[in-house]
Amino acid sequence: MVAQNIAFGVLAAATSLAAIRVVTTRNVVHAALYLVVVLASVGALYILLTAEFVAAVQILVYVGAIVVLLLFGVMLTKATLGEDDQLDNDQRWLGAVIALFLLGTLSFVLVDAFGDDKLPSLEGVSRATLEAQRGSGAVGDAIFSTFLVPFEVVSVLLLAALVGAIVLARRD
Amino acid sequence: MGDPLQGGDPIFIGGIDFGVVALVVLKVLIGFTFVMVGVIFMIWFERKLIADMQNRIGPNRAGKWGLLQTLADGIKLIFKEDLMPNKADRLVFRLAPYLTVAPAFLTFTIVPIGGLFGTGENGTIEVFGYRTFVQVADPPIGVLFLLAMSSVAVYGVMLAGWSSGSKYPLLGSVRASAQMVSYEAALGLSVVAVVLLTGSLSTHDIVSAQSGGFADWNIWRTGVVPFLVFCIAATAELNRPPFDLVEAEQELVGGFHTEYSSMRFGMFYLAEFMNTITMSAIIVTLFLGGPDGPSLFGPDIIWPTIWFMGKLFIFLFTFVWLRATLPRFRYDQLMDLGWKRLIPLSLAWLLVIGAIRIADDEGWNVALVIGISLASCVVGALALVGASRAGRIRRRAEEALR
Repeated sequence: MVAQNIAFGVLAAATSLAAIRVVTTRNVVHAALYLVVVLASVGALYILLTAEFVAAVQILVYVGAIVVLLLFGVMLTKATLGEDDQLDNDQRWLGAVIALFLLGTLSFVLVDAFGDDKLPSLEGVSRATLEAQRGSGAVGDAIFSTFLVPFEVVSVLLLAALVGAIVLARRD
Repeated sequence: MGDPLQGGDPIFIGGIDFGVVALVVLKVLIGFTFVMVGVIFMIWFERKLIADMQNRIGPNRAGKWGLLQTLADGIKLIFKEDLMPNKADRLVFRLAPYLTVAPAFLTFTIVPIGGLFGTGENGTIEVFGYRTFVQVADPPIGVLFLLAMSSVAVYGVMLAGWSSGSKYPLLGSVRASAQMVSYEAALGLSVVAVVLLTGSLSTHDIVSAQSGGFADWNIWRTGVVPFLVFCIAATAELNRPPFDLVEAEQELVGGFHTEYSSMRFGMFYLAEFMNTITMSAIIVTLFLGGPDGPSLFGPDIIWPTIWFMGKLFIFLFTFVWLRATLPRFRYDQLMDLGWKRLIPLSLAWLLVIGAIRIADDEGWNVALVIGISLASCVVGALALVGASRAGRIRRRAEEALR
C-alpha cells in the first residue's frame, strides 16, 4: 500500500498545484494546458482506484475533447501570445466564495456518505473477478439499468446543447 | 500457462518481484527499438519506393541502396542550428514535439506482435522462466487507450502551431487538429463494431477471438465496411496523403512545423512515421487477426511474428503507394467525407451488427432482422440525402433573395 500512498501524494500535489496555476496564470493558453494537467492527474487517480474505464473516458472526453475545443475557441478568436492583463476581473472574490462553498459541500457529502469506510483489499483478487465487478462491462450494465433515466436525461440535454449551438452559429 | 479465465498478462499472477520488473523493462526496450528501427527503415522505404514509382533513383549514396540515408539525415539534423522564433512561447514550443512523439509510441505498446493464439499457450511465450504476452502491456481497456492516445496526439500539432507565434503555422495547426478531431469520431465508431463482436476491449482478447483462421478475422466478421472506414479514418488521422492538407505547401508554407528546425523538426518527422507504423499495426490487430497465421516449417514460435510483420508491411506499402498516386483532397471535400459519409455509414453499420447480435441471442430469424435493419438504413440514408439537398436548395434561394 506504500507505493499507492506515495503515488496518491504525488498526484494530489500535482493536481492542486496545476489547479492553482489555472486560475493564477495570465496566459489563457497556459491556463488551458494547466487544466489538462489537472484533468489528466484526476485520470491517474482513477487508475490508482483500479477504475481503468473511468480513467480512459476521463482522458478521452476531458483531455481529448473538451480542452481541445476550449483551445480551438481561444485560437480562433484571440490567440494572443504572451500575457494578457484582461484575464482577471473584480469578480474573483465571488468566485473564491463559490469555490469554497463547493469544496465544503463536496467534502461534507463524501464524509457523510463514506465516513471511515475502507476500500476492500485487492490482494489475490484475479483480473477476471475485478473486470466482472468494476470493468467496462459492469459500468455499462449499471448505466443501462440502474442509472438509465439520468443517462437518458443527459443525452437529451446534450442534444439540446448541440441543436442550440447550431442555431446560434447559423449566419441568419 | 494460467487459467484462460484469469485474464491479463500471466507474468503478474505470481506477484511482482525483481525478475518481473526487469522483464517488463526489457519488453518496453524491445518495443521501443522495434518502432525506432521500423521508423528508420520506413523513411528509407518510403523515399525509395516513391522514387521508383516516379521513375527516379532516390537515395543511393549512404550505404548499400541508400539504406543508411535516414541515419545520415538524423546526424545532420542533430548538428543543425536550433532556431526559435522571437515571438514564440518558449516553454510550449519546446514541449510540443515531445507531445507528438509520446502518444505515437504509447499506442504501440498495446499491439501483440507475436505468440501462438488459439492453442493452449493463448498467445504467451516463455522467457527466462516467466510466461508473458508478446506485447508491452495489455490494459483491460485496450481499445479505449488507443482512442485516448489518438485524441491526446492532437495537442502536439495544435500547440506546435500556436506556440510558433506566426500565422501560417497557426492556420496549419488549426486545420490539422480540426481534421484529426473530425476523423476520430469515424475511427471510434468503426472500432465499436470490433468491440461488439469480441465482447472485450483488450487487444489480446480481440486477437484471441480471431485465432480460428482466415475466416475468423474481424474484417470478414464485421462485414468489411468497418475495416474500410477505419482505414480511411486512420489515413486522415495520420495526416497522410490524400488527406495531407496539413502540409499543403501552396497554401500553408510548411504547415504547423514551419518554424521548427534541427532535431525538434526531426521529432515531428519521426512521430509522423512512428504513427504510420503504429496505425498499420493497429489495423492488423483489430481486423486482420494480428499475428494469426499457419506455421509452415521450423519452430512454431517464430511464425506469428513473421505473419504480423508481413501484414504490417502490406499496409506500410499501401500508405506509400497512396502517397505516390493520389492527389490531395480539398478541405471541404475532406470534411464532407468525414461528417456526411463516414460517420453515418459507420453508425448505420453498427446498428446492423447490433441487430444481428441481438437476433442471434434471442433466436429470431436472422435473415429477416438483417433485411429490416438494412431497409431502415436505406430509409435513413435517403432521408439524410433529402434533408441535405433541401437545405442546399433553401440556402441558394436565400442567397438569391439577398
